[in-house]
Amino acid sequence: KKTRNSFSGKLNDLIARYRKVDEDFFEELEEVLISADVGVMTVMDLIDELKMEVKRRNIKDSKEVKDVISEKLVEIYYGDEDEEIEELNIQDNDLSIILVVGVNGVGKTTSIGKLAHQLKQQGKNVVLAAGDTFRAGAIEQLEVWGERADVGVIKQNAGSDPAAVIFDGIKAAKSRNADVLICDTAGRLQNKVNLMNELAKVKRVIEREVPGAPHEVLLVLDATTGQNALSQAKTFSEATDVSGIVLTKLDGTAKGGIVLAIRNELNIPVKYVGLGEQLEDLQKFDANAFVYGLFADMLEETSE
Amino acid sequence: MAFEGLADRLQDTIKKITGKGKVSEQDVKEMTREVRLALLEADVNFKVVKDLVKRIKERAVGQEVMESLTPGQQVIKVVKEELTELMGGEQSKIAVADRPPTVIMMVGLQGAGKTTTTGKLANHLRKKHNRSPLLVACDVYRPAAINQLETLGEQLSMPVFSMGTEANPVDIAKKAMEQAKEEHNDYVIIDTAGRLHVDSDLMEELEQIKATVKPDEIFLVVDAMTGQDAVNVAESFNEQLDISGVVLTKLDGDTRGGAALSIKAVTDKPVKFAGMGEKLDQLEPFHPERMASRILGMGDVLSLIEKA
Ligand SMILES: Nc1nc2c(ncn2[C@@H]2O[C@H](COP(=O)(O)OP(=O)(O)OP(=O)(O)O)[C@@H](O)[C@H]2O)c(=O)[nH]1
Ligand SMILES: Nc1nc2c(ncn2[C@@H]2O[C@H](COP(=O)(O)OP(=O)(O)OP(=O)(O)O)[C@@H](O)[C@H]2O)c(=O)[nH]1
Ligand SMILES: [Mg+2]
Ligand SMILES: [Mg+2]
Repeated sequence: KKTRNSFSGKLNDLIARYRKVDEDFFEELEEVLISADVGVMTVMDLIDELKMEVKRRNIKDSKEVKDVISEKLVEIYYGDEDEEIEELNIQDNDLSIILVVGVNGVGKTTSIGKLAHQLKQQGKNVVLAAGDTFRAGAIEQLEVWGERADVGVIKQNAGSDPAAVIFDGIKAAKSRNADVLICDTAGRLQNKVNLMNELAKVKRVIEREVPGAPHEVLLVLDATTGQNALSQAKTFSEATDVSGIVLTKLDGTAKGGIVLAIRNELNIPVKYVGLGEQLEDLQKFDANAFVYGLFADMLEETSE
Repeated sequence: MAFEGLADRLQDTIKKITGKGKVSEQDVKEMTREVRLALLEADVNFKVVKDLVKRIKERAVGQEVMESLTPGQQVIKVVKEELTELMGGEQSKIAVADRPPTVIMMVGLQGAGKTTTTGKLANHLRKKHNRSPLLVACDVYRPAAINQLETLGEQLSMPVFSMGTEANPVDIAKKAMEQAKEEHNDYVIIDTAGRLHVDSDLMEELEQIKATVKPDEIFLVVDAMTGQDAVNVAESFNEQLDISGVVLTKLDGDTRGGAALSIKAVTDKPVKFAGMGEKLDQLEPFHPERMASRILGMGDVLSLIEKA
C-alpha cells in the first residue's frame, strides 16, 4: 500500500545508520519507543516479536529488518483492519450530535472550537452546548470559541445541571435545523465515580432525545500524558462508549505514543490531532506520519 | 488497573528463591529487571530509570539483599529508599520577602493547572499564614482566562488585578506591583498563560516578567499524569527561568506520578505542593515518601510486607 511504503522509505534512512541488528540496535529502538510514551508492555512485546522474527528469517543486516519493524508498528495500530483515515460520523440530512469528554485541561473546549470551525467551513450549520457548568470561566471560554468559529452557543448559568444544558442544546439545534451539535463537558478524572456517572447521564439524555445519537463520543487526550492515558481510555469508554480520540498538544515535544496501545488494546481510533491553540490547528490523524514521527529524534541523533 | 505494582512484579521471583537460602546474581538480575519495568510503567523517565536501576543493582548485589532472608522485601526497601532520597525531604515552605510584597510567579505548559493553583495558593496563604494576596491576570491569550481568575477571586473574596487582553503581560505585572504596594498586599501571585517550553517568544516573555517583578518564587506547575516528556519540559523551564519549586497537580487521579521523580532528578528543584482536586482548598504539602510508595504501587508494598 502507498502509505505504508512511504513510511518504509523514511525508515530506510534510520536503518542505514545501523549496520547490524544487534542488542544495541534493539536497546535503542526500545528506548526510542518508550520515550515516546508507547505503552511499556506494548514495547516489550514488540521488541520480543521483532527479535523472534529476525531470528526466524535469519536476518543479520539492518537493511532487512526495516520491513519487519514497519510491518509490526503499523500492525500494532491497525491490527487486522484496513489502513484508513477515520472519518467523523456525520449524518447527511439529519442532526448529528458529538459529545466531547476527557480529564481536566486536556483541550476539550479548544478542540470543540477548532472542530466547529472546520465543520462550518464545510458548510455545516453548527451549534455548541456549554455543558461544563463547573469550572470557573468555562462557559465564557466556549462563548469566545463560538464567536471565533461564528457558531451559536447554548448555555445556562454556572452551576446548573449539565444534562439540562445538553437537553436545551438539542432542542435549540433541532429548532435551528442544525447539522451538528457539539457538546462540551467539564473535565473529570476517570477515578471519580460520581462524575463519571454524571457523564453517563448526559449521554443517556442525548440517546433518549435523538435516536442513534450521540453519533460520536470523542475522548480528548493530551499527548503529554503518559501511561495513564490508557486508563483514561478504558474508563471513559466504559461510561460513554468512546468512538474516537482527539490527540492534542502534538505541537510540543511529547509524542503521544500511548495511542498505539490504546488502539491495540481497546480498538479506539484517533480521529484528529491538535497542533496548537489557534482555530486552524486541528488535523485528521494519519497513522503512518505519526509512527514515523516517533523515530524523528533517533534520526536526528544518529545523523549528528 | 492493568499496571502491576513493584511487589506484584516481584512475586514470581520471590516465590522461586524462597527456601533456596541464597540469592544468586541471576535472581538479582531478574529482580532489577522487574524494578525497571515497574518504574517505566509509572512514567519515570527512562534515563532516570537507568541511573536508578544501576544504583539499586549495586546495593542489591551487595550483602544487603543477597544475604537477606527476605530478599524481595529487601529489594523493595532499597528501591523505596532510593526513590525517597532522590525526591528529597518535605519542603512546602513558601518564601517571604524581606520587604513585602513577596512575589510568586506561576509558569507551565497549557492546561497544567496554573490558574487553579494560583487560587489555591492564595487561599493557603490566607488560611495558614494570615496573608492578603493580590492575584494578577497575566494570561491575555487563552479565551476567558482573565474571567476564570476573576471568578476564583470572587469565590475567595480576594482582589484580582487585570488590564484586559489588549495589554502586555509585562506591563500588567509591573502595574500590579505598584497596586500591591499601594494596597499593602503582602503577596502577589502572578498567573501566566500556558506555553510550550520550545516556544521561544513566549518563554522570552516570561523572562521579561521575571526581570520586571523579581519574583521570590517561580513555581513550575506540572500535571502529575505527564509521561516521558516531563524531563524536557522541566529542564527547559528551569534553564530559562531558574524555577524555585514545582507544584504537581491532579494527584487526586489514579496516575502513578513518576513525573515527580523525573523532574526532581533533572532540575534538582523540590516539589513543594500537590494539587488534590479542583476545589480551592485541595492543595497539600508534597510528601516524598508517600510519593515513592505511590510510584511503586503502595497497596502492593503493604500487602507484601504483611504476607512475609
Ligand atoms: N499547544 C497546544 N495547546 C493546546 C492544544 N489544545 C488545547 N491547548 C491549550 O490547552 C489549554 C487547555 O485547553 P482547554 O480547551 O481549556 O481544555 P479542557 O479540556 O476544555 O479543560 P477543562 O475544561 O478545564 O477540563 C488551553 O491553554 C489551550 O489553549 C494544542 O493542540 N496545542
Ligand atoms: N482533579 C484536579 N483537577 C485540577 C487540579 N488542578 C487543576 N485542575 C483542573 O485542571 C484544569 C486546568 O486547570 P487550569 O488552572 O485552568 O490550568 P492552567 O494551567 O491555568 O491552564 P492554561 O491557562 O490554559 O494553560 C481545570 O479543569 C482545573 O479544574 C487538581 O489538582 N486536581
Ligand atoms: Mg473545557
Ligand atoms: Mg490558566
